Amino acid sequence: MAKISFHAITKQYPGTSRPAVDAVSFDVAEGSTCMLVGTSGSGKTTLLRMVNRLIEPTSGEIVIDGKNVLQENPIALRRRIGYVIQQVGLFPHLTIAENVRVTAEIAGGWTKQRLDKRVDELLELVGLPPAEYRKRFPRQLSGGQQQRVGLARALATDPAIMLMDEPFGALDAITRERMQNELLRIQRDVQKTILFVSHDIQEAFKLGEQIAVLDQGKLIQLGTPVDLLAQPANDFVRKLVGGDSILRQLEYLPVIDALEQDTVASARGGDVPTFLSDATLLQAMLKLLETNAPALAVQDKDTQQQLGFITLASINREITHAHGHKTERTETAI
Amino acid sequence: MNALLDFIADPHNNFMGQSITYLRICAISIMLAIVIGVVLAVAVSRSPVLSFIAVNLSGLLRAIPVIAFLVAVVPFLGIGAPPATVALVILGIPPILLNTYTGIRGIDPATIDAAKGMGMTYWQILTRIQAPLILPIVAAGVRTSAVQIVATATLAAITGAGGYGAYIFDGFNTFNKTAILAGAIPVAVLALIIEVAMGWLERALTPIGIRREAVQSQMVVKQGEVAKA
Ligand SMILES: Nc1ncnc2c1ncn2[C@@H]1O[C@H](COP(=O)(O)OP(=O)(O)OP(=O)(O)O)[C@@H](O)[C@H]1O
Ligand SMILES: [Mg+2]
Repeated sequence: MAKISFHAITKQYPGTSRPAVDAVSFDVAEGSTCMLVGTSGSGKTTLLRMVNRLIEPTSGEIVIDGKNVLQENPIALRRRIGYVIQQVGLFPHLTIAENVRVTAEIAGGWTKQRLDKRVDELLELVGLPPAEYRKRFPRQLSGGQQQRVGLARALATDPAIMLMDEPFGALDAITRERMQNELLRIQRDVQKTILFVSHDIQEAFKLGEQIAVLDQGKLIQLGTPVDLLAQPANDFVRKLVGGDSILRQLEYLPVIDALEQDTVASARGGDVPTFLSDATLLQAMLKLLETNAPALAVQDKDTQQQLGFITLASINREITHAHGHKTERTETAI
Repeated sequence: MNALLDFIADPHNNFMGQSITYLRICAISIMLAIVIGVVLAVAVSRSPVLSFIAVNLSGLLRAIPVIAFLVAVVPFLGIGAPPATVALVILGIPPILLNTYTGIRGIDPATIDAAKGMGMTYWQILTRIQAPLILPIVAAGVRTSAVQIVATATLAAITGAGGYGAYIFDGFNTFNKTAILAGAIPVAVLALIIEVAMGWLERALTPIGIRREAVQSQMVVKQGEVAKA
């Protein structure tokens, strides 16, 4: 069952010539992460804010767990959805601890002891040692640290749904990667339904099971990272994902680079296609897409010994990895 | 000096009674100005059109001399304390309204956005976020208007409301320098006390998180700790 469904959702701001979000329809599965990517002004924030009704749609519906959000009390709706805003927006007169706990306080149902413990856990989670940061004020923190407090605050009530608007935008590459890994870890543990806006396609590939590409308010493509790479809907998507260069890379990356050992497929034994170890990732990916098999078995081309499995997820990881390194190198070169 | 003390001590002059009258008019006017100014500012702040009207009207009000109000309300309210109080309230509203409005508008929109996003009600945003952030600015407005009210309340004597103004006007009429001083000195002292006390209150109301010096001194302490460690 889909947790969040968009049905032809449209938002036209008064006095503008075209809708900021234009008849967008798609589903975000329960417990999955959907990344919203697109150029600046493509309507990502607008789409996100219609989910918790900070913006009311012009037409269309958003349904959460079978219930139209427009029929819900907006205050109650917002209290059960975590929201990380693009501009952080910490409360300047409250300490870091107070900033984090206020979310839970207004939502209610927390004892003081539980709250204190929760605040420390969350600060720990986002990498701000509570002993040092608890009593500080927002202006005594760097932009990146503030952003992490914003994340902790949104997580405070442990909401099932998270809306995240470029939450890692102000972080350096190293901290950003750490936070991304934290988010992946949280996802493995608690499986929230996340809508995550990102400008960074690497980030989208790394964190998203689904990626929704928006352009001028329209949903251009919805798919997994591999879908976007293998079958970009148009030139815009191709350019966005840097598909050409990645496909070229896949052409010379050997399958053994993306092996994994314990997949669901490995439990099932031999009913998956088999490849030899000198095949390329591109061949493997096309085979996976074509056969719809969950995995491919890889055998050593000389000894025929089973080396492991290839899945779309493992290819995805390898691409993200390789692609990420490539960009880092370009950045250093500049 | 002795003459002044004698004047004050003379039961015939009823210094205690006039002081109470004066303080009561001032206190009531300041209270009303605060309530009306703050409520108006909060009410108009959500509408650009209303804000525009309120802000410009406040500016206009400041340009009109109090004495004009005083004369204008007498036909409706008669003589005594009421017309004086109304005139003083009108005098006191603009600084409070303007400061409250400026304070509300000066809050980073992202702060309010985050508050809404986590599900705060209008009332929670007002009391938990906006009020603490604008309190020092409102206090500065109250300071300006309180000093103005205290200094101007001498005019209340014109409508027969009494107070220190009565001494001053009597003093002018009878060329009694002592009476003039007995009226003027308490007014000056009162204005000074309010200025100093409100200045202190203003600082006390500024949340530590947005107080510049406090933040810096805490940082110094932090660095000291680091240095020791
Ligand atoms: N309150 C508003 N009134 C009128 N137009 C608006 C308003 N908010 C956004 N827009 C317009 O709607 C479009 C989409 O804006 P939105 O903020 O959703 O973009 P975005 O994809 O989040 O961009 P960015 O990546 O820069 O954050 C833009 O053209 C923007 O100018
Ligand atoms: Mg945006």
